[in-house]
Amino acid sequence: MTDKPSPIERVSIIVSHGSLEGVYPGLIMANGARMEGIEASLFFTFFGLDAIIKKRMNNLKVATVGNPAMHMPTVFGAIPGMSAFATSMMKKEMEKIDIPPVDEFITMIHDAGTEIYACKATVDMFHLTMNDFCPEVDGVISVGQFYEKAAGAQIIFT
Amino acid sequence: METMVLGGKPIALDADGNLANRNDWNEETAREIATLEGIPELTLQHWAVINFMRSVFEKEGDSPSIRRLTKESGVDTKTLYQLFPKGPAKKAARIAGLPKPKGCI
Repeated sequence: MTDKPSPIERVSIIVSHGSLEGVYPGLIMANGARMEGIEASLFFTFFGLDAIIKKRMNNLKVATVGNPAMHMPTVFGAIPGMSAFATSMMKKEMEKIDIPPVDEFITMIHDAGTEIYACKATVDMFHLTMNDFCPEVDGVISVGQFYEKAAGAQIIFT
Repeated sequence: METMVLGGKPIALDADGNLANRNDWNEETAREIATLEGIPELTLQHWAVINFMRSVFEKEGDSPSIRRLTKESGVDTKTLYQLFPKGPAKKAARIAGLPKPKGCI
């Protein structure tokens, strides 16, 4: 007889990509965790930081170049306006299934009790300050602090 | 099928542990389920959420997601998590006698 596996109690989700399709999976997983009563924290690193930078968070784009799942030749993906077009199509479809814009989603996830952190190495590298971030960001932390906070959690890298 | 004793009689549950038949629901069963879920008293705000969920389900056949609740129920996200700790959409649906919401958001 096998024991039933114990349910997940905590997750720490790392968001490392800055494209629309790179950011949303992490946000959906964090929100979904809270909806299931699972504790969650979000750690944004490298280009993933765009999702919490005030000026950029609502302007994320779908990558139409170097993205084989777009099912179009690279030259088409590179046509000016193609990424904006794909982005606007995708945003429309997301709204239909109740996926909010990034700023609203971050607020919702934070209000749900998710802690939100920015990666110190990236913040230093890009010369960013707390003023660049949306107010939901709880702090800028090092990778060591990230691991401390992730104690007992499943770590999910996106 | 699993059952749970509510109001002194066995009531059928679905696979998620929510009521299998919506006809088995009334305000008294809602209070009993809430107590089992760790909510000893249903306040007016709880009822606002429960009634909103039931009206959406009535019209659309699915329980609203957390985003819908935040935008349209008149209760914000923070309060929703205080009212229904550990998963407001899921818990409120159970107390409202509805199936677990299917949406991801």
